[in-house]
Amino acid sequence: MPWDRNQMAARAAQELQDGWYVNLGIGIPTLVSNYIPEGVNVTLQSENGMLGMGPFPYEGEEDADLINAGKQTITELPQTAYFDSATSFAMIRGGKIAMAILGAMEVAENGDLANWMIPGKLVKGMGGAMDLVAGVGRVVVVMDHTSKHGESKVLKACTLPLTGKAVVDRIITNLGVLDVVPGGLKIVELADGVTEADLRAATEATLVG
Amino acid sequence: MDKTYASAGAALEGLLFDGMTMAAGGFGLCGIPELLIDAIKAAGTKDITIASNNCGVDDFGLGVLLKTRQIRKMISSYVGENAEFMRQYLSGELELEFNPQGTLAERMRAGGAGIPGFYTATGVGTVIAEGKDVKVFNGREYILETGIVADVSIVKAWKADPSGNLVFRKTARNFNVPAATCGKVCVAEVEEIVPLGSLDPDHIHLPGIYVHRIVQGQHEKRIEQRTTRKKEQA
Repeated sequence: MPWDRNQMAARAAQELQDGWYVNLGIGIPTLVSNYIPEGVNVTLQSENGMLGMGPFPYEGEEDADLINAGKQTITELPQTAYFDSATSFAMIRGGKIAMAILGAMEVAENGDLANWMIPGKLVKGMGGAMDLVAGVGRVVVVMDHTSKHGESKVLKACTLPLTGKAVVDRIITNLGVLDVVPGGLKIVELADGVTEADLRAATEATLVG
Repeated sequence: MDKTYASAGAALEGLLFDGMTMAAGGFGLCGIPELLIDAIKAAGTKDITIASNNCGVDDFGLGVLLKTRQIRKMISSYVGENAEFMRQYLSGELELEFNPQGTLAERMRAGGAGIPGFYTATGVGTVIAEGKDVKVFNGREYILETGIVADVSIVKAWKADPSGNLVFRKTARNFNVPAATCGKVCVAEVEEIVPLGSLDPDHIHLPGIYVHRIVQGQHEKRIEQRTTRKKEQA
């Protein structure tokens, strides 16, 4: 059985290391915060201007002045710090954030990432994704291995407009874990019950090693 | 010095003109200058270019000025919450310049700090880099982005003193600080104007040198995505 959304998030949470400052994207990456391993202390950054993001508030305790980058109401923690958007992206661009975990539409074997735009369809904007992939220490992508139509999203080259060039370090999909290495992608791990043949069949990118 | 004005309309008097460039604070609907936006609507200023991370929703925030066709161009990083925006953009009535969020914040900061341009790795190898100067530093490519200087910036803070010193609250600070600094004139709306001397000088988020006019008023402070959890039953 391939991993479901929660299993992918749980696997991505294994990437976190104690003491790290981390930025989690919208979608499956947000679920990663539910699976942070015991004994691992990470500080979540929200690029709208907060370090130390807490859980959703209890009903009736929502605060319009306290939201995350997905515009959802959240809470603060004892170690929380607030700052403006220029300062927020200074820490992102300046390499102070150890890791970003992001969703994707396509990833290529050289680490190219496309996750912000489908030409001809409604265009919403890149938000902070281009800054994050250019600036943080390590970029981990979490996404389904194939599209709804069964086409591989792990490609030799992206077909969609890029968010960043050669920026992805590791890809976690419903079928397994892949690393971007010289010459292509290397299989690190297979999801429970998924064979190497399954993963190879669902992958357009060059697999090495 | 007292920078207090009686109303948002009065605070904008003499500053607005057709074809002007504005910078606006806020992220989503959080910390947006909602009173000044309504006053701009009432003033009827046309063909405005606005640098703002987002463009509100259809009936609140900058979306209000879309509906009245007062905006000619937006410089934003994300506009996904606004159906009227999409309609005007796809029909060619509205210009849109996408900026990566951090690039937009830094363009405002740089503009306010007297820095006409800066190099960033953000957007290298993407459509954002097209037509921009590329320079290699220590073996890595960077693209040239320019600072933004606005005719007027409109921001929202929590508290001000009459000299224009501002204090923000939680994540409502966001783009308000860089937007304020990049305006030739900055107008700030606040929830409360407190007497001189009652703000701790060590806790001022934006010094009054950047803020020319202030107005106090009631804010709706709408929540865009109300997410909660249930209290565990004892």
